[in-house]
Amino acid sequence: MGKSVEAKDLNIYYGSFLAVEGVNMSIKPKTVTALIGPSGCGKSTFLRSINRMHENIPGARVEGKLELDGQDLYGANVDPVGVRRQIGMVFQRPNPFPTMSIYDNVIAGMKLNNKKASKAEFDDTVERSLRGANLWNEVKDRLDKPGSGLSGGQQQRLCIARAIAVRPDVLLMDEPCSALDPISTLAIEDLINELKNDYTIVIVTHNMQQAARVSDFTGFFNIEGTGKPGKLVEIDETKTIFSQPKQKATEDYVSGRFG
Amino acid sequence: MSTGTERNRTDTEAPVTGTGLEVPAVTPTVLHRQASLPSWAPWGVLVAAVAVGAGLTALAGGFSVGLWVFLSVVLYAVVTYAASRVVEGRRRATDRLVTVLVTSAFLVAMLPLLSVLYTVVSQGWARLDATFFTNSMRGVVGVGGGALHAIQGTLVITALAAVMSIPIGLLTAIYLVEYANNSRLARAITFFVDVMTGIPSIVAGLFAYALFALLLGPGVRFGFVGAVALMVLMVPIVVRSTEEMLKIVPNELREASYALGVPKWRTILKIVIPTTAGGIATGITLAIARVIGETAPLLITTGYALGVNLNPFSGPMTTLPVFSYYSYAVPGIPREAFIDRAWTAALMLMVIVMVLNVVARLISRIFAPKTR
Repeated sequence: MGKSVEAKDLNIYYGSFLAVEGVNMSIKPKTVTALIGPSGCGKSTFLRSINRMHENIPGARVEGKLELDGQDLYGANVDPVGVRRQIGMVFQRPNPFPTMSIYDNVIAGMKLNNKKASKAEFDDTVERSLRGANLWNEVKDRLDKPGSGLSGGQQQRLCIARAIAVRPDVLLMDEPCSALDPISTLAIEDLINELKNDYTIVIVTHNMQQAARVSDFTGFFNIEGTGKPGKLVEIDETKTIFSQPKQKATEDYVSGRFG
Repeated sequence: MSTGTERNRTDTEAPVTGTGLEVPAVTPTVLHRQASLPSWAPWGVLVAAVAVGAGLTALAGGFSVGLWVFLSVVLYAVVTYAASRVVEGRRRATDRLVTVLVTSAFLVAMLPLLSVLYTVVSQGWARLDATFFTNSMRGVVGVGGGALHAIQGTLVITALAAVMSIPIGLLTAIYLVEYANNSRLARAITFFVDVMTGIPSIVAGLFAYALFALLLGPGVRFGFVGAVALMVLMVPIVVRSTEEMLKIVPNELREASYALGVPKWRTILKIVIPTTAGGIATGITLAIARVIGETAPLLITTGYALGVNLNPFSGPMTTLPVFSYYSYAVPGIPREAFIDRAWTAALMLMVIVMVLNVVARLISRIFAPKTR
């Protein structure tokens, strides 16, 4: 588990509109990479192109190369469903399946794909994933209760548990804490630090302190103006980005001069 | 005119002095608790309005209940508004006036409903006996007899129509919401579905009749033709309601499922539909309730039988609305026996529709996503 992701001259389109231009990025296995930048600069679009969620929007497409451990994710014979089984995702707003219990939510990835397993295997997966998401102690006595009855922070950790239950190689997080209070945010950040041991994590965040706290590498996206494509301005080790970035725009952004 | 608001403002506006700072005079009126009418006032005014209304109606000569109610409501609205305007100010007065309007509109809307309910129950009660459910009209010329054949005919034809319409409607809605991406074809389908919800039911009946007349020769009448006519009416309702239900499933749930590597068809089957199953089932039940009372299309497509016929593919079949219509339109002798049966058939129909509505509510409660 934990694979590298490599983007080469990646252009991302919505129809004829070029949303993100010329991204070159190499993400090392078992690291946390944070993507920061002003709204509308294409961070989320880039993130969603990594697991091919982007193309669910009508007209959306990608040019260039995106590789997972050297394997082309956009190759002619690659099934997007297969890609998503290797690259999990956690969304901005917690979205547990409302019809399912906590237990069923965690194993949703297996159940929905009709994976046959014994009760004991499912039990194991549920416990491992919930422990992995730091939620086990809070919910172990009510696994059969609906997932939507949990608090926002617990729901988000349930979603993380659901994502890691299928043992992906890479975990994408699209502003996972933006709908959460500081306590729940802290819980998720601690969790990211632990998950780093097993997974490659890419996280989009608007919170620069969060990027500084959780990530090993930070990429800064920027946009020159409305209608222009977003670009990856700079990516480097987090401490470099926040102390001595090479680009003026990065320095202005991380020091709060704009954005 | 001096409203309460203005009066309060002059009361509370104290000049700011002595600080040397130019503090703009804040008007604390907004927070000031205003005088309000005592809680018994609306009821008191209502009683008074009703009494005065009765007096005025009597003076007009020839007491009529309609005029009395109308005058009372108008008096009540005017007096409440005026009193509230003086004591409470304009906003509260408008609130009270609109409350009166909304409540009266509601009562006006309820009036025909309750009237129908009362009439049907009181008139249909007489023949609601065991014979009605165990006998058909075969060999019955006067009193006695029942609607067994009509009840069974209604159930058979409606069930057939439902069995044909539900899959077509469901799959069309799924195509429109999940696969069509607002394409030209989808827009055309949506347009025609909208048109179809508006066609008069007799047109559906004529269509089915003409279709089978072309296929099997003129004059064919059997249950299935009626079911096809009802299907034409039912499909657009099922499509519309299911479409609306599928649309309100948040896209985040679909994305969550895709992100787990679940294929699209399985996402629809296991996530989207279960999430809104209650709503879909309710829509379907209401669509059934809507077509079960159709008379016109069945009149020309299924014919009229006196006895039980459970085979929808041969021979005329009677349904409750048609039975009721014929008993009322062309009664035999004694007339009352036929009219009584017509009312009881109408009552039966109402009971069936009511049961369907209760079932719809139960279904939506059972399937609704739970939070605790």
